[in-house]
Amino acid sequence: MTRLANAFARAADQGRAALVTFVTAGDPMPSATAAILDALVAGGADVIELGMPFTDPMADGPAIQAANLRSLAAGTTTADVLAIAAAFRARHPEVPLVLMGYANPMTRRGPEWFANAARDAGVDGAICVDIPAEEDDSLGEALRAAGLGNVRLATPTTDAARLPAVLEGASGFLYYVSVAGITGLQQAATASIEAAVARLKAATDLPIAVGFGVRTPEQAAAIGRVADGVVVGSAIVELVGRHGADAAEPVRAYIDTLKTALVAARKEVA
Amino acid sequence: MNAPNSFRAQPDDRGHFGQFGGRFVAETLMPLVLDLEREYTAAKADPAFQAEFDDLLEHYVGRPSPLYYAERLTDALRENAPEGMGAEIWFKRDELNHTGAHKINNCIGQILLARRMGKTRIIAETGAGQHGVATATVCARFGLPCVIYMGATDVARQQPNVFRMKLLGAEVVPVTSGAATLKDAMNEGLRDWVANVEDTFYIIGTAAGPHPYPELVRDFQSVIGREAREQMLKRTGKLPDLLVAAIGGGSNAIGLFHPFLDDAEVQMLGVEAAGEGLEKRHAASLAGGSPGILHGNRTYLLQDEDGQITEAHSISAGLDYPGIGPEHAWLRDIGRVDYTSVTDTEALDAFQLLCRTEGIIPALEPSHAIAAVAKIARTMPRDKVILANLCGRGDKDIFTVAEALGVSM
Repeated sequence: MTRLANAFARAADQGRAALVTFVTAGDPMPSATAAILDALVAGGADVIELGMPFTDPMADGPAIQAANLRSLAAGTTTADVLAIAAAFRARHPEVPLVLMGYANPMTRRGPEWFANAARDAGVDGAICVDIPAEEDDSLGEALRAAGLGNVRLATPTTDAARLPAVLEGASGFLYYVSVAGITGLQQAATASIEAAVARLKAATDLPIAVGFGVRTPEQAAAIGRVADGVVVGSAIVELVGRHGADAAEPVRAYIDTLKTALVAARKEVA
Repeated sequence: MNAPNSFRAQPDDRGHFGQFGGRFVAETLMPLVLDLEREYTAAKADPAFQAEFDDLLEHYVGRPSPLYYAERLTDALRENAPEGMGAEIWFKRDELNHTGAHKINNCIGQILLARRMGKTRIIAETGAGQHGVATATVCARFGLPCVIYMGATDVARQQPNVFRMKLLGAEVVPVTSGAATLKDAMNEGLRDWVANVEDTFYIIGTAAGPHPYPELVRDFQSVIGREAREQMLKRTGKLPDLLVAAIGGGSNAIGLFHPFLDDAEVQMLGVEAAGEGLEKRHAASLAGGSPGILHGNRTYLLQDEDGQITEAHSISAGLDYPGIGPEHAWLRDIGRVDYTSVTDTEALDAFQLLCRTEGIIPALEPSHAIAAVAKIARTMPRDKVILANLCGRGDKDIFTVAEALGVSM
């Protein structure tokens, strides 16, 4: 988990937001993911979110739904996802990697099994879409016991009364989902994001990463001016959908444009 | 596990039925689910809410539904039963409700909640289309816009119900993801809800989903069991010996069972869909599944070793779902209710048996319950009473049945 803290601290020292990138493991096939992850790092990603495929990704939009189904059609297993993570850790000792996905694949063999297997694969934390704070004993306790970050989501519907419960037991960073909706479709107004980040920062010392609907360097820069991290997912997954096993270079080039925008973002203001 | 003092005191304040149930939803939905719980608790304690619900059930739905002694079916099953065997078979006639199934009971309750919460748009998922029709019906009755998510496969095989929903003013959205059946329709319903949190109420059709849905659907459907209990006592002077009901998500079954759960002398049997057989494609989550988390609750699911959900199969679109309501999962694990399963073929036989012996065309869903009744009645003495829930009528299924029997219409 210190890799996560270091990554956000390093970005802050450099006067920019951290670039958090999502890709679905095993899309379009397990053997293709390593090159895509390397491309994310080469393009300048600071944090990797590795999606665990699930048959029923009910919080995701069309792009990530399709990626989940492509991955499962290629036969991706939980063992494959953990092997992809372990190999990544061997190649990139310092780049933090968190697993993101749904409760059922994560808890199938028990939360302790998952937390320990993830830790042994060199994973730094997990984001579970459908385990809210109220069901923390289904995964969060095991993650903390294994020394992994329990990355929670906050949303526009998370009001002030509820926020403390969400933050209780959260670690690594806080993922602010900027729109009420599914992944990849629309982006929130920058002003509302700025207000939300200010509200969250008043309540926690955790870094705040903002995502949902971020696609262009301009959007990333706008969020990078107010948040500690910018999360990009569907746009990367669409590149993988378009280029398949040859996606590494287009992904690297795209990530590079985002990173360049984040590096410049706060300087333009200053 | 020790037996609790009452089997009717679940769920706990976190919406858990033992290890099952809960609120496994995205954070965006969590405040809505908590809001719904608060509003439902207030509505339950409000005599005006209960009075409006009762009034609509009586004058709009047509309750109480009759309790019917199926004399010719009882006699037919006694013919090849051992001497002295062949229990009496009674039906709770919820297929006579407005819209033709038990689904309307729950939709009336939920639309009253939606109005109470000031919601102005209704969404729902549907498999066979019965819940979609019931939802479209109450939306027409209360003048609210209605969007129904239905798997594209089900849209194709349930055209009459699709047209009914459209006549009632609903927008029917075919869902093409996954196998394009009920599970995928539910995913799409959740995606709509998370994007329209301000104005939209999601009317879930079965006793599953995040808390408080399993509880409130059960409560609204419990009118079935409350009426049946009273009617049975009045007609026979005693409680039935065995209750039988079909189970997809399990709302008609929990509605019948729940008011009897603390009557120790009443046995209960839930009937899952065994499809082509438990070793082949089926929809029997208890018989062939294991505990997991899907669609807001922990329950028994059809899944592989990695937790990927496997496709269910049943000739009955209404039972074609890879999960089951969490209260059934709990009742099975503590042993209060027994569960069995019935194949497509057995259900088709029972469908025809009821048509010919009683002049009632049942839906394929309760045909599963009738098949189980036919097996078990001949093992019970003649003075015993079986009460089965005839939860839907079969008009919607005649095309499916004709195809299965090789009849071209």
